[in-house]
Amino acid sequence: MRIHLFIACYNDTLFPRTGMAVVNLLERLGHEVVFPTNQTCCGQMHYNTGYHAEALPIVRKLLHEFLDAETIVVPSASCVAMMRDHYELMAHDANDLHMMGDVKSFLPRVFEFSELLTDKLGITDVGAYFPHRVTYHPSCHSLRLLNVGDRPIRLLQAVEGLEYTQMEGSDQCCGFGGTFAVKNAEVSSAMLADKIGCVKKTNAEFVAALDNSCLMQIDGGLHREMGSQDRIRPVHLAEILNSTRENPLTAEALAWEGATA
Amino acid sequence: MSVRVGHTAEKPAFPILAHELLQDDQTRRNVRHATDVIRNKRALRVAEMPDWQDLRTTAHAIKTHTLLHLPHYLEEFERNCIRAGGQVHWARDADEANTIAIRLIRHAAERLAVEHPEVIKVKTMTSDEIGMNRALEQQGITPWETDLADMIVQMGKDEPSHIVVPALHKNRHQVRELFLQNMGLTELGTEAEDLTGAARHYLRKKFLEVGIGISGANFAIAETGSVCVVESEGNGRMCVTMPKTLITLIGIEKVIPKFDDLEVFLQLLPRSATGERMNPYNSIWTGVTPADGPQEFHVILLDNGRTRMMANVRERETLNCIRCGACLNQCPVYRETGGHAYGSIYSGPIGAILSPQLNGMKYSRSLPYASSLCGACYEVCPVKINIPETLIHLRGKIVAQDQNTLSGKLSQESMGMKMAAHLFEHPKQYEAAQRLARTGQGLFEKDGKLVNLPGMAAGWTQYRDLRALPKQSFREWWKRSHTDRGDGSSGVGDE
Amino acid sequence: MSNDARFTVLDTIRRQLAADPDVETLIDDSPEEAYARIPRNYQRTSKLNREETLELFYDRLRDYDSELVFTDEAGIAKAVAHAMREANETLLLVPAGVPQEWLPQNDVEVRRDFDLPLQPLEEPRVVLTPCTVAIAMSGTIILEHSDEQGRRAATLLPDHHICVLWRDQVVETIAEALQRITHRTSPITTIAGPSATSDIEMTRIRGVHGPRRLTAIIL
Repeated sequence: MRIHLFIACYNDTLFPRTGMAVVNLLERLGHEVVFPTNQTCCGQMHYNTGYHAEALPIVRKLLHEFLDAETIVVPSASCVAMMRDHYELMAHDANDLHMMGDVKSFLPRVFEFSELLTDKLGITDVGAYFPHRVTYHPSCHSLRLLNVGDRPIRLLQAVEGLEYTQMEGSDQCCGFGGTFAVKNAEVSSAMLADKIGCVKKTNAEFVAALDNSCLMQIDGGLHREMGSQDRIRPVHLAEILNSTRENPLTAEALAWEGATA
Repeated sequence: MSVRVGHTAEKPAFPILAHELLQDDQTRRNVRHATDVIRNKRALRVAEMPDWQDLRTTAHAIKTHTLLHLPHYLEEFERNCIRAGGQVHWARDADEANTIAIRLIRHAAERLAVEHPEVIKVKTMTSDEIGMNRALEQQGITPWETDLADMIVQMGKDEPSHIVVPALHKNRHQVRELFLQNMGLTELGTEAEDLTGAARHYLRKKFLEVGIGISGANFAIAETGSVCVVESEGNGRMCVTMPKTLITLIGIEKVIPKFDDLEVFLQLLPRSATGERMNPYNSIWTGVTPADGPQEFHVILLDNGRTRMMANVRERETLNCIRCGACLNQCPVYRETGGHAYGSIYSGPIGAILSPQLNGMKYSRSLPYASSLCGACYEVCPVKINIPETLIHLRGKIVAQDQNTLSGKLSQESMGMKMAAHLFEHPKQYEAAQRLARTGQGLFEKDGKLVNLPGMAAGWTQYRDLRALPKQSFREWWKRSHTDRGDGSSGVGDE
Repeated sequence: MSNDARFTVLDTIRRQLAADPDVETLIDDSPEEAYARIPRNYQRTSKLNREETLELFYDRLRDYDSELVFTDEAGIAKAVAHAMREANETLLLVPAGVPQEWLPQNDVEVRRDFDLPLQPLEEPRVVLTPCTVAIAMSGTIILEHSDEQGRRAATLLPDHHICVLWRDQVVETIAEALQRITHRTSPITTIAGPSATSDIEMTRIRGVHGPRRLTAIIL
């Protein structure tokens, strides 16, 4: 299959490892990945913060870049939620019939990363190997807006050697919330403290999620508290699924200090 | 028109109030305990109901329908209430409502030949919204709150901190102190039973002696002209039954079309508000009934900013609210700060959308940002108000307002957002900016993390660490590892 | 002044609705027609049989610490007398329309509520009434206030309510119960257990205002 990748601006800049993992995994599964290089952002940061006028051209641009894509994968549930929840509304509010047509054609072709695997490619076992204890944090967007359900957990449980453990209070927001993290930084970190409490209780080695935004929040709190000590490592689901016997993912690779990627 | 919503005009912004409350361990413990209890009870009761989602759908549809035909239903309610012997007054804003109430109270007091007018009140947030107690006191009228929690708040000269359990910020020792001081008692036990028993005794006297009652209403039924008050403690029954004169203050959005619609709301409200299959008492009455209850009954229909919200589907939907408080109990932000952080009688997720809108977006402007948009509130709202969408809608209004001012246009956030938008529209410049950030971060980098960042980013690093930018962006890796065919597709090549 | 306010409020609503471009598509028929189209897929009839319904109701009442007494019409007076004795009470308030046959002949002073002034109304700690309908799902009793079921104050001021109920008055759901309420403009009170508050440290305390005890005489 020919799969177009929308990497998401923050993954592109801050978490390229996730994009690399998606590409490597899909190619290993025999698919062709296309990366339209003129892509930038889905418009969520602007739209959710209230800059609706500024978000519009950003969205139009994205639609344009992916006009011919048959299948689009996005390793960011919040971006997909933005698209599904707001793109039609934006076209409606802008009275832009042409844009509405583009949006309606675009949406059925978009898949969040775990959705792509289970729904479009029909697989849960991707041949991954990751002999570690792993827990999962459902991001609010994936949980409540995309309703991904147990897809990520099924994918994790199919990984060879992986021991999955459920997190208590998993459905509580980690406190990131986009610009909320800086506009209400204090409350955001109070919420983060609660989430870290739940994460630690799992005694897992890794906590996986569909969104690097949540993981950035959790990792930021853990690192502040424990630095480079041996601790639980937040990591995107794609990077776990890309771990194989030949090329295993290690905790060292996720370290902050001396990072290479 | 002078709309007033409690003390919202005077309160500082959410982050400032939140800062204070985050240091208050006692309140945080109380809030956490209370919300955990109700949330868990609610979950149990909802799990029993296989048709819960159907009830929510119908409730949302009834409210949407009613609001679209609001003039029709208000007029029908008025007609039927008057036909049954009630009197209906209309108030455009808080001052008008208070003026009407004061006039009615004075007349009633004259007929009772009472020199110093007193009124007994059953819980109504609407009366707090319009600042009724202060307005009455300024006119020499003494209002007595009779809900246990509101009584505690009144005695403590305090503010409510939750829609359904307004005094949850007080523990029983604090309550005992207040009762000793205010009830003229010399001794009093410390258990909740002792305190409740003291309240029962103290208030019975008031119920039997004070001839004027004030209530709100949960529902106003257009078809019959009836009013319904939903409660647990019994003081509502007392206040709407015992006095000779009853004044009921009702927000115009409380009207529902037909009596039978209660079958929907009386299933959703108790389970959502207190986690009960049915609350102890519901009182439904129509106008005046000879030889039963108040012989003079007045309804004050209140606008106070609600009509401002009628021109847009997102805003109208806010008026679906039946004041159950379920969103507060579910909200991870409320859980950390409690209700006082919102600076409004309406706190939590519903407060974040209702308070600024009633205020015409003039006050409570920080509230739409007091949310991580997690959506937990929407999941539990019995009338399906899409609170996250409404928050985003209101953020849009606030930004648009700010862009009309110089300080707003030139704020750090505005400039940053405009710059980011520009970059997102120009991929080459975006890529250049990525490279620049990576080069420039050297100044701030230490052991793989960024420190002492300026501006808004400082908000992040005050509480969390921020990882240094990786040595290459994804797109740089892609270009290096995949043969460029011009269309960006992959070919032979590896990392 | 109120007329100006009335006009302004209604007029503003109308103008606001007219200003919403999406509203036209939403209100293209009369309120009655639109109301009839509201989807109602929630449960509106019984899922349980009669026996299950009754057992559920009794269970709920017991959860509320109510006393249940099973007898027939001829046994009501005796059941009332017994309840009074158990409660150590001798003064009984009854609404004007309660049948004489229900009332104990001995040991109980019966006070009929023929428009009693407050002081004599307030004295009795026990009151006896029938009711209109009861909801099994939530253990709720519904009173339509009248000569028979008494004015509202009669079931509010005393501490102990004795309620006579026929089995066929018990329905499973609130939707069915509301259908049995025929005097919709009479005052109506629904009662589900004694009053309660959780306002002090979330500890649930029963019996704030209103009767703290309920005895249900079930026929």
